[in-house]
Amino acid sequence: MAQVEKRKASVPALLEWEYAPAPEARDIVALRERYGLVIGGEEVEPRSGEWFESISPSTEESLFEAALAGAQDVDLAVSAARGAFENGWAELAPAERAKYLFRIARIIQERSRELAVAESLDGGKPIRESRDVDLPLAAAHFFYYAGWADKLEYAYPNRTPRPLGVAAQIIPWNFPLLMLSWKIAPALACGNTVVLKPAETTPLTALIFADICRQAELPPGVVNIVTGDGTTGGHLVRHDGIDKLAFTGSTEVGKLIMRELAGRDVRLTLELGGKAANIVFDDAALDQAVEGIVNGIYFNQGHVCCAGSRLLVQESIYEPLLEKLKRRLSTLRVGDPLDKNTDVGAINSKAQLDRITELVASGKAEGAEMYQPDCRLPERGYWFVPTLFTNVAQSHRIAQEEIFGPVLSVLTFRTPEEAIEKANNTPYGLSAGVWTEKGSRILWMVERLRAGVVWANTFNRFDPTSPFGGYKESGFGREGGRHGLAPYLRFD
Amino acid sequence: MATAPALIGGFELPAGPRLPRVGSVDAVALEERAATLAKRSIKRESKLQALDLAIRMMDLTTLEGQDTPGKVAALCAKGMRPDPLDSTVPPVAAICLYPNHVEGAKERLAGSGVKVASVATAFPSGQSPTKLKVAETRAVVELGADEVDMVIDRGAFLSGRYAKVYDEIVQVKEACGDAHLKVILETGELGTYDNVRRASLLAIAAGADFIKTSTGKISPAATLPVTLCMMEVVRDVYYETGRMVGIKPAGGIRASKQAVQYLVTLYETLGPEWMTPDLFRFGASSLLNDVLMQIRKEKTGRYQSGDYFTID
Repeated sequence: MAQVEKRKASVPALLEWEYAPAPEARDIVALRERYGLVIGGEEVEPRSGEWFESISPSTEESLFEAALAGAQDVDLAVSAARGAFENGWAELAPAERAKYLFRIARIIQERSRELAVAESLDGGKPIRESRDVDLPLAAAHFFYYAGWADKLEYAYPNRTPRPLGVAAQIIPWNFPLLMLSWKIAPALACGNTVVLKPAETTPLTALIFADICRQAELPPGVVNIVTGDGTTGGHLVRHDGIDKLAFTGSTEVGKLIMRELAGRDVRLTLELGGKAANIVFDDAALDQAVEGIVNGIYFNQGHVCCAGSRLLVQESIYEPLLEKLKRRLSTLRVGDPLDKNTDVGAINSKAQLDRITELVASGKAEGAEMYQPDCRLPERGYWFVPTLFTNVAQSHRIAQEEIFGPVLSVLTFRTPEEAIEKANNTPYGLSAGVWTEKGSRILWMVERLRAGVVWANTFNRFDPTSPFGGYKESGFGREGGRHGLAPYLRFD
Repeated sequence: MATAPALIGGFELPAGPRLPRVGSVDAVALEERAATLAKRSIKRESKLQALDLAIRMMDLTTLEGQDTPGKVAALCAKGMRPDPLDSTVPPVAAICLYPNHVEGAKERLAGSGVKVASVATAFPSGQSPTKLKVAETRAVVELGADEVDMVIDRGAFLSGRYAKVYDEIVQVKEACGDAHLKVILETGELGTYDNVRRASLLAIAAGADFIKTSTGKISPAATLPVTLCMMEVVRDVYYETGRMVGIKPAGGIRASKQAVQYLVTLYETLGPEWMTPDLFRFGASSLLNDVLMQIRKEKTGRYQSGDYFTID
């Protein structure tokens, strides 16, 4: 080392600075013991007679029981939606529909603290994210599509846009309320009615949302919530009364749904898995690229379909970048999702934790080198230390399969062509990131990357005005923006 | 004149074949990171620790045309014993003054451990011939300054004459002798974070012990993103060479809350080794009383009016 000049400290450094716990108060959410189904504007007991527990992934405590909707319940919900569609909602003046959406958006804002706490409690994501990302975006989606409701004819000039009817929507557990907004806001703006099935592990905010609809005096049956597991989703997919199915979730289930809907007159959009490449060139602003990499894969514990789970680094900066990245990992604060200083929360469920653990083990077995920072994890709950793998080959499972956890695979490249080749060499194509100071290279890359979203010098940034969706096994159809209207409209 | 570093010549890299790398800064992402760090919620003991440290890191400053021996004496007394009612409150790190007040302050502060920092080199504009700047530096050190806060020649920097800036810092550093050199970049005049990064590297390469954001005479003065940008440079230098350089945000830090945000940023960017007045300072004049007020609030659970804290 040249010119090593460590200064002798005359005043000792403060080496132990523990941030005191800063928990967000959870009493703002008044949890009930049981939540029924919301059908036709009423909360009803399930005809199935079955209930399931929703547990907090950070403490493993049981939070409440939700109804497990059976075939009969799903049928009632679809009928309620059909009734609401035919008895007024479809014919309502578009500006009136917009008013309901604006009202919902405002109530989401007003109740955002409650919703944020509920989201973190039920799903395990850090309150910092539910508060600063999920909630503002959810409200923004309703505001945005509220604006479109009476302008559909301008979105599609010289065509007459009409609603489809009953939209069945199945959403995942990684962004429960936000995905609900992505689905419900455009559906209602276009004049459809909805039967929504939230994920089994995270039904809480959807149930609170049902109360928001009641508060907004949305006509009964326009939004119906059926909680349950995969079987409930199956009933919904197979129901012959639906006109449209929107699904966000795994590629595996997406394929099943597509098979089920083949030959039926049901419109389909799928937003499935991803294995995004985050590509860092040697001229990138390194410290900010490191932030982007961290945000790309450790945001929401890596439970993000568009997560930047493959890091492609230009070889000439591999060492300094990795050094920075490893140092940064050691400053991530893993723990209580309700603590305002937590960066990485709990893994959503035991099943997901098992899957992550299994894939990480395969990474080690296949010869990749694992790095994990020193990290104290809480004793109870489902946790996984932010992990990165180096020496990863394209053929390793951790470079191919979606892990959906805080696990990053690092690969290198030498030239832009090689970066493109490796980035596209995956069955998925949801998103990608490019980090370079050179504008022309960004455009060159964007033209060649086969991914629905390409972020330049940022990652995991969402906006209701921007369409989102995949290539290849990442699905089809777009959500967000003007593009997000089309899947909910037919044209005469 | 030293050989012109178009790329910074003095910024030594350890590995032979690698080209020197100035690197760049992405403004959007930098500001986003700073905003995230500013949202950390620091409470109770951790807040008290931070406030105590903030006082120990403070360069209590007066840099006015109207400064008098009386004003300086009062400031020195305040610096040595910030809260007359609470002996557990530590003294500040230094008193920062114009050269004319160095002698007086030195006398007042004798034996207290509080250092005397003097601005020099045609503060605040730096628009004077180099030899005058060097002579001024020598003079303030002879008068007893423990630390010298110099300004860089922004005119030279912005017109691309980096060699002149570099050369001047080298000469001033030499004139400092044992006194510590803080190099003020005046980030509010540099325009971009890329320039801040370049100027930071230039100053460190030329021998700065500390890099400092601002004179306090230009707005914006210190901001969290600009300080973070400088910390990242210091971190790069540390990783490349092992050399530990200090950072001093100055100007515009008036509230305890801001001070805590800077400390969080320091802690999470450079780590615990930098949590010492040897490597981090706040340049501030009105911050101290707010910190004292918060300390008393943390200890007693009650806020007290400004009348219960001395104005010096």
